Amino acid sequence: MDFKFADEEEAFREEVRQWLKKEIPQRWIELDPGIWEETEESWALSRQFQRKLGQKGWIAPAYPKEYGGLEMSHTKRLILAEELAYSGAPIGIEVEITVNWVTPTIMLYGTEKQKKDYVTRVAKGDLIFCLGYSEPDAGSDLAALQTRVVEDADEYVINGQKTWCSYGHYADYCWLAARTDPDVPKHKGISMFVVDMKTPGITVRPLINILNRHSFNEVFFDDVRIPKDNLVGEKNMGWYQLAMALDFERSSIGTAAINQRIIEELVQYAKETKCNGGTLADDPLIRNELAGVAVENEVLRMMCYRIAWMYSKGLHPSYESSMSMLFGSELIRRLGNVGMRILGPYGQLDVGSKWAVLNARIMRMYLSSISMGVGGGSNEIQRNIIAMRGLGLPRQ
Amino acid sequence: MDLGLSEEQEMLRTSARDFLQKECPKQLVKQLDESDEGYSPELWRKMAELGWMGLVLPEEYGGSGGSFLDLVVLLEEMGYNILPGPFFSTVVLGGLSILAAGNEEQKKEFLPKVANGEIILTLALTEPSAKYDAASVKTKAVARNGEYVINGTKLFILDANVADYLLCVARTKEGVKPEDGITIFLVDAKSPGVKCTLLKTLARDKQCEIIFDNVNVPKDNVLGEVDRGWPVVESILQKAAVAKCAEMVGGAQASLEMAVSYAKERVQFNRPIGSFQAIQHYCANMVTDVDGSRFVTYRAAWKVSEGIPATMDVAVAKAWTSEAYGRVTLLGHQIFGAIGFTMDHDMHLYYRRAKAGEIMFGDGDFQRAVVAQELGL
Repeated sequence: MDFKFADEEEAFREEVRQWLKKEIPQRWIELDPGIWEETEESWALSRQFQRKLGQKGWIAPAYPKEYGGLEMSHTKRLILAEELAYSGAPIGIEVEITVNWVTPTIMLYGTEKQKKDYVTRVAKGDLIFCLGYSEPDAGSDLAALQTRVVEDADEYVINGQKTWCSYGHYADYCWLAARTDPDVPKHKGISMFVVDMKTPGITVRPLINILNRHSFNEVFFDDVRIPKDNLVGEKNMGWYQLAMALDFERSSIGTAAINQRIIEELVQYAKETKCNGGTLADDPLIRNELAGVAVENEVLRMMCYRIAWMYSKGLHPSYESSMSMLFGSELIRRLGNVGMRILGPYGQLDVGSKWAVLNARIMRMYLSSISMGVGGGSNEIQRNIIAMRGLGLPRQ
Repeated sequence: MDLGLSEEQEMLRTSARDFLQKECPKQLVKQLDESDEGYSPELWRKMAELGWMGLVLPEEYGGSGGSFLDLVVLLEEMGYNILPGPFFSTVVLGGLSILAAGNEEQKKEFLPKVANGEIILTLALTEPSAKYDAASVKTKAVARNGEYVINGTKLFILDANVADYLLCVARTKEGVKPEDGITIFLVDAKSPGVKCTLLKTLARDKQCEIIFDNVNVPKDNVLGEVDRGWPVVESILQKAAVAKCAEMVGGAQASLEMAVSYAKERVQFNRPIGSFQAIQHYCANMVTDVDGSRFVTYRAAWKVSEGIPATMDVAVAKAWTSEAYGRVTLLGHQIFGAIGFTMDHDMHLYYRRAKAGEIMFGDGDFQRAVVAQELGL
């Protein structure tokens, strides 16, 4: 057992820190957008930054060299992800979705041409995908999706409606799960497609999220025609391909790093805020609460380290990823609550008020954290996975 | 970074599990829980023959020179199976303290006897205030005629009922700070004036009250330096907290396995109860607590083993594991339903120990206070 990072890995951490200090745009720091709070302006800054990150090979460091990756070790990737999240760099869920959800399936099941077309550009930071998964009647029961794709001569024709497409209004492509055979059991008639978001027949309609921002969308497909080449993998095998790729490198190390930052800010706030002749930091209840979330965050961090370690050993985590996502999402919600309690009435104040503290980051996080534990597989689904896949409990 | 066990540690784990399963069945656990001694001398001898008591002691003192991490592996198995008896007191609280603070003569005298199972040791630290801080050490030791005379009351002292020697923490000087003026004494438990009373406890572990009434202790029996014993105590407490976490992780793992296997077998409404989502989610919560505890415990154990400052890591591990073990065993009870509410069943053995483990060496609130300090609050 050895929890130490190698000297070379520590040096890499330092390199990443220095690079981020130099490259995170000042304007981004001023805008300070939290998760799900991107605007036109911040999105443009993000994309610029992500291309720079791509030039370093740090957008998709895991990928094979021939597709623009660095074949970076698992431990170094853990370090990179930790530092990116801790620094608050302009890299969010859109990159996570593209790099860790979409391209792994293309790499596993795509043709050589598809890999060259998509994977390489993703690695450069040139391409963003949105997910075409959820539908109004297919959420946790994703396999119930109804969006239809039929063959017509040398094209596929798409009709249907997708929803909760994060950044669908910015994305270059949609990674679409659609029904290609309605006459077989639901899991057996799904295929995966790459759809250019500029294709005629696609309508993107904004959904305004809990932070009063436009981050996700409904996407309507009305006789959308795409080339046959845009099918990825085998027709009707989409569900199984997705299941394979779902386990690709998912830990919640980013959540742990973000939490760490917030805990540090709250500690600082408690030390500086006067109260009853001393500071908030003298209050045993506040000390207990802050220490409690710090303890939990270390538990989360170790869960994530364990996942990276398993990969480095050639093992394939399955329920372990669900566990860290579950734990991380519940923790960030608790942290939001603890933060709000510490700030008291000031915690309610939004950006723009001269009385707002910590740039209203805590109240924004209190809202945005609701999405954790819902998106990307609800906590109930994660618990099902842990119980059935991890512990072997029976389905019936 | 490597979060796994070495090949030797895996072997130790497997052999410990097999041995305990065979030699310490739950019937024996229950019998020992109900006894006044709380351990089986026959089992104790066999453990000594396996080299367990000497696992972390250097070879020159009759041990096998293992690391603290090796001990953690063994303790996890002891927690998994449940092993009543004074192993923890003798090795973690006693042996490691003498190894860390004893002079050569003391090491030569005591450690080989620890290694071969000849003596039982324990730490007599806590008093009726029931706290783990230096200010709570009120028991006094006064130098008189070339000896020390100890007077005071120690409480919640583990396995003192069967101990041959007590590592008694006493105040030898009133200093400016409570940490000053504390000395550790190796006290023969049969010394005149030592009165030990067994306490009846929730976990039916063997905690005792010890009254020191003018107990004479030779000067040679001071462990470490006079008046400067507190750092030694702190270091013992740190190791003890991690060691207790290891035991608790093992116990939580066993509780999880018991409950999951029952959930797969128990049929109600014509289906195994483990197919109900309510039960599945309980189980998912349990394994999350078990795994979460395991890796923070390993990190703390690794740091302690390597001699790296570990105040924060140990407090994190103990704060979390203490409460996680309680949650796991409570959910275990929920899954077992009424059958778990019987003395015949094994679940309560773990449920009881979870609470005892939580309290010992600082509970969640205590440890979070340490974490708060480490955070800079």
